[in-house]
Amino acid sequence: MGILLTIAHRLAILAYIVFALFPLYWLLKVSVTPNDLLYSEGVRMWPSHATLEHYRYVIENSAFPIFFRNSLIVAGSTALAVTLISSLSGYALSRFVFRGKYAVVALMLITQMFPLVMLVAPIFKMLSPLGLTNSLTGLIIVYTAFNVPFATFLMQSFFDGIPRDLEDAAMIDGASRFTAFRQIILPLTLPGIAATLGFVFTAAWSELLFALMLISGNDSATFPVGLLTFVSKFSVDFGQMMAAGVMALVPACLFFLLIQRYLVQGLTAGAVKG
Amino acid sequence: MASIEMRDIVKIYGDHPVLHGVDLSIEDGEFIVLVGPSGCGKSTLLRMIAGLESISSGTMSIDGREVNDLKPRDRDIAMVFQSYALYPHMTVADNMSYSLRLRRSPKEKIAAAVAAASAKLGLDPFLARRPKALSGGQRQRVAMGRAIVRQPKAFLFDEPLSNLDARLREQMRAEIKRMHAEFGATSVYVTHDQIEAMTLASRIVAMNAGAVQQIGAPLELYDRPANLFVAGFIGSPGMNMLEGTMEPESGTSAVRLVNGTTISLGQAVNLPKGTSVTLGIRPEHVAIRPAADGVAASVELIEPTGLGIILHLTVHGLPFKIFSSDRALLAPGSDLTVGFPTERLHLFGPDGQRIALGTLDASGSTS
Repeated sequence: MGILLTIAHRLAILAYIVFALFPLYWLLKVSVTPNDLLYSEGVRMWPSHATLEHYRYVIENSAFPIFFRNSLIVAGSTALAVTLISSLSGYALSRFVFRGKYAVVALMLITQMFPLVMLVAPIFKMLSPLGLTNSLTGLIIVYTAFNVPFATFLMQSFFDGIPRDLEDAAMIDGASRFTAFRQIILPLTLPGIAATLGFVFTAAWSELLFALMLISGNDSATFPVGLLTFVSKFSVDFGQMMAAGVMALVPACLFFLLIQRYLVQGLTAGAVKG
Repeated sequence: MASIEMRDIVKIYGDHPVLHGVDLSIEDGEFIVLVGPSGCGKSTLLRMIAGLESISSGTMSIDGREVNDLKPRDRDIAMVFQSYALYPHMTVADNMSYSLRLRRSPKEKIAAAVAAASAKLGLDPFLARRPKALSGGQRQRVAMGRAIVRQPKAFLFDEPLSNLDARLREQMRAEIKRMHAEFGATSVYVTHDQIEAMTLASRIVAMNAGAVQQIGAPLELYDRPANLFVAGFIGSPGMNMLEGTMEPESGTSAVRLVNGTTISLGQAVNLPKGTSVTLGIRPEHVAIRPAADGVAASVELIEPTGLGIILHLTVHGLPFKIFSSDRALLAPGSDLTVGFPTERLHLFGPDGQRIALGTLDASGSTS
């Protein structure tokens, strides 16, 4: 009985994984299928002969490397900025009592309620006289603004999980509040910081709406916008589009590979009585 | 080492007062225990000494210097937390040396201080370990070590033994007492455990509902509790409290209990007849008498503690406890006669305050 249950459990997890990963597999499969086989072979799990031709073409003949670089700059800067701001604001919300605290929290929640489409026009109107449309800086500012509230709540919950006694002890030991934050609390929040970095990085990496509306022209386009250039008036170049897509996945995967060590680490093991 | 002086200390959270004007002078080298039930404000008072809690009004001075607005880091005190609050990402040695490193003490001095503390606490084999690889008792020792390497002006303890099992608690209690005897450091110790308070303190500060109830040597609180709260809080099993009214007799006063029993106080007490009073007697002071010159009682329950027995009785329907080191063979349901030695009686007035009875208050003076 127990064994059957375990098997059923594992099968359910397996089914879910297959379901979740199948589109990625299809992305990979189409990206290595030669154009002449794409429509002629019908539905097959793997083409009769695979090629890296699409990858070569995308790297050599399209603006994809530029898109890629732009995305890296935008997503990386946004992730850093948001994590820095939200770890400070999250700490404040977690530890301090101050006037207007709940008003601030309510306002931050409200910003999360609007459909972003509503905000495209006013934001464009504001950024354009500042010369921030068609610029990566403009995108970083917008992404940072939109991600800070959620990241703040995320960081706050991580700080809430760290006993206050630790800072109290550090301050009695002779640390200022900021030193206690930097030397005691921050190292213990590394898993939270990694989660926030990862979350914001992927959000900014794949954002399409604002990138599409605020950016025109290839020079400042990020890769989600760039992917659309493979759609022409008369046809869609699926092979190249998928090859670009696979390459766009690489940084996100690498990023999570780097931070996963912190994500799974026990939060405050041993700090207080276990 | 230092003295600590508190004058009319008040703490208000929002509009909810938790401390109503505490006055306390702690002499250099004293071991003060703040004791009371949870929520009585004892931890808040301790955190105010540490500087972790702001002072709503009143003055706090350490070594004659007002510290109301001084940050914790500038007060030069050490604190041992109930949760130990060890830094999980540092080794035992780094935990102990953190304060000295913040002060930029020379490396040799830090190493010597850590070595001395760890030798004293038996932590040598664990210096390279992280806190999570230690047992509860070892973590407790590290927390103590972290406090003593600094040689601070005063030690603060916030229920440091509450997370330990009974055996370890007893052992650490003795160790803390030994350390205090050795260093003579001014210490303030918060606990809700009256045994810890009795065994450790040079003076106990009994607190309830944000106010100090009594300050005195442990045996003073035990022998002459200032009011009903202290009488009930100090001592285990707790003091028997019997409500009644004054019944002046010829020459000596007596108390008529609600069940009609009259108990003589053995002396004249200047209270009008009918005043409602509470008569207290500790379970170990009640006499079990074979003769008929006492009050009839019946045994409800017997709790053997090994050291003796705790008898739960009823005296004409009133619950009552007796502690006896004599393991008398009494069965539940059996009847006996109990006596109330007048020299062991405590009398509390309608306001709950102690009314001096000549016998205990004059002759029982031990401190």
